[in-house]
Amino acid sequence: MSVATVTKAEVAEFSKRLRKWYSLFTLGFIAFVLVMLFLETSFNVPRVAIGYAFLLLTLGMYAVIGILNFTRKLDEYYVAGRKVPPFFNGMATGADWMSAASFISMAGTIWLLGYDGLAYVMGWTGGYVLLALLFAPYIRKFGQFTIPDFVATRFAERAKAARITSAVCAIIVSFTYVTAQVTGVGIIMSRLIGVEYHFGVFIGLSGVLLCSLLGGMKSITWTQVAQYIILIIAYLVPVTFLSQKFTGFPISELMYGQALSQVTDIERQLQLSNYVEPFKQAMSNASAITSATQLGLTPPALITNTAWVGAPWEFLALTFCLMAGTAGLPHILIRYYTVPNPKAARVSVGWSLFFIFLLYFTAPAYAAFSRLEVLRNIVGQRISELPAWVQNWTQTGLLTIRDAPPFGNGDGILQFREFSIVADIVVLATPEIAGLPYTIAALVAAGGLAAALSTADGLLLVIATAVSHDLYAKIINPKASYGARFLASRVMIVVAAAAAAFAALPRLALIVQLVAWAFSLAAATFFPVVLLGIFWRRANGNGAIAGMIGGLLTTIAYMFLNYTNPNITILGLSHLSAGIFGMIVNFTLQIVVSLMTAPSPKYIQDMVDQLRIPVGEMVIPATTSAAQTTAPTPAGGDD
Amino acid sequence: MVAILLLIWFVAAYLHPPFAKVLNDTRILTGFPLGYWLASQGSLIVFVVLIFFYAWYMNNVLDKKYGMEEEESRTEDAEP
Repeated sequence: MSVATVTKAEVAEFSKRLRKWYSLFTLGFIAFVLVMLFLETSFNVPRVAIGYAFLLLTLGMYAVIGILNFTRKLDEYYVAGRKVPPFFNGMATGADWMSAASFISMAGTIWLLGYDGLAYVMGWTGGYVLLALLFAPYIRKFGQFTIPDFVATRFAERAKAARITSAVCAIIVSFTYVTAQVTGVGIIMSRLIGVEYHFGVFIGLSGVLLCSLLGGMKSITWTQVAQYIILIIAYLVPVTFLSQKFTGFPISELMYGQALSQVTDIERQLQLSNYVEPFKQAMSNASAITSATQLGLTPPALITNTAWVGAPWEFLALTFCLMAGTAGLPHILIRYYTVPNPKAARVSVGWSLFFIFLLYFTAPAYAAFSRLEVLRNIVGQRISELPAWVQNWTQTGLLTIRDAPPFGNGDGILQFREFSIVADIVVLATPEIAGLPYTIAALVAAGGLAAALSTADGLLLVIATAVSHDLYAKIINPKASYGARFLASRVMIVVAAAAAAFAALPRLALIVQLVAWAFSLAAATFFPVVLLGIFWRRANGNGAIAGMIGGLLTTIAYMFLNYTNPNITILGLSHLSAGIFGMIVNFTLQIVVSLMTAPSPKYIQDMVDQLRIPVGEMVIPATTSAAQTTAPTPAGGDD
Repeated sequence: MVAILLLIWFVAAYLHPPFAKVLNDTRILTGFPLGYWLASQGSLIVFVVLIFFYAWYMNNVLDKKYGMEEEESRTEDAEP
């Protein structure tokens, strides 16, 4: 199979065409929103119709893009032909990255936790610095298809075992993550078209399958660019109106400082805990109890551990886990295989972070304005006179008001502690708080759907590739034809999607929690192995395998123990940041085992030296398993 | 160079949160408590600038120094 060399002129021409199409797409989408607004305000079109219009239009567009990019070429299926310009790869990575957790849960988490919620904002952006400086250009230079490919090539003396271990880790990490996305899809669907949660899960998944089944990475990339455009419009519009409403100035990112001041003033008057004060979370196993109840198991007794309130360790550890996890997540790493060269990979990380930054910079504004609305216009009001949006959401069960004893004091006036809200609805409820028409609420839901679907697409492809490419084509049946591989991959996507839907049905944990687990797992498995693989020549196959297994098991063990009983803790670290222990174990095992066993053969050490030179293409020695008969050598490497 | 950038990254990400409580007594811009602002906006801005600077530095300064810019003739030039 030959790969056409991508010339500079071709890429420039391609970029130009892309810019034209996506500009048209953006304008078209804005026009659609305006038309819907007009229809709603002038003709009183029913809400369900608006919901369906958004649903059908967006899913339809993703499907069209998916069908247009149908492919039978191996490198297009796995790495989008390696010709995605950095700017667009940045957008696609942004959508791939920003999941239901970022879109619908993050602002709500900050709403609930105040300063402590900012660990997510910092962790999920700061990780890109590690990715840019330490990983992306080297990963691209290696020029493989998957992360297990990288591990198997770098640790070629133990290629098979290393490949199996890393493929299994990739599957576990991605599966945890995709389950969170599917949960998000269910919540949004029930909001958008008013169907039941379980039914929503399945409608959403059929949308995912449409794009990822047909064209693999190629169609996913171009769908994700479209999804990014939709999700960022949907995220920025409502909060802008909210800022206008509260401060008279529409730049929310700048103006929410005012809201923060007012929030803290009101909190002081009401003698509530301070929103901006750091490290005030007690650990409890409340969510373990909810999950156990949903699964029909006997829930453990409620345990709350307040011994570590006020200590910064959990915040710092969680931030670091999220950062290392970012740099180690397989579906993000493979995105840097799709750009033309290592230089483009570097710039592309910059664009990725920029596009992600736009949303993360805004999330705390959502939280601050909603907090202000609640404190100013809801708390202290008569319960019979609460604003309409509160009553609407009370009906969904996601917002509860409990004035009656024993929770409240039954005086008919709402106190802050009588009010509770599920974090996942803060963003979804914002349009109503700001008094915007339903079209905007549908837009937000469509944006959340785009975020969840785009991430699910990327993750399902990682799972499918790990099975069809790494396990089936490389280990079980190396002589498998391309047809058989495509078939295996497509079957796996369906199987993985169905399994994820099944796992999401009981709604085990809050979306952000599930995602934090996925990051902890990635931080404990891939981050140390890829890091030492690139920067430490002496690291060998035995060390890498021992490290990955040790890291994975340590993390899962700590997670389980702390999740069920928060009194089991080291330095007050919770199950969310369990990855930090896995990471330490992984590094230690890798270094100790590598030093105890024989170094890698000379040709691998040479390969590592060559990898570190920032430009040019890799020449992978023919003796390694990576000089595959199947994988095309990277474009332009043959001069 | 990478070491210097990683140091900046470390400072931006990990050195201010332990002091957030004290920093919060200072108000900046439209009323942000300083500690909160550093975690929600300040460090993010540093991260973005850092990555673009690194990409620019590696692609323009370092590659030319080592005479490796001929690469651009056959693959895409990364636009800054």
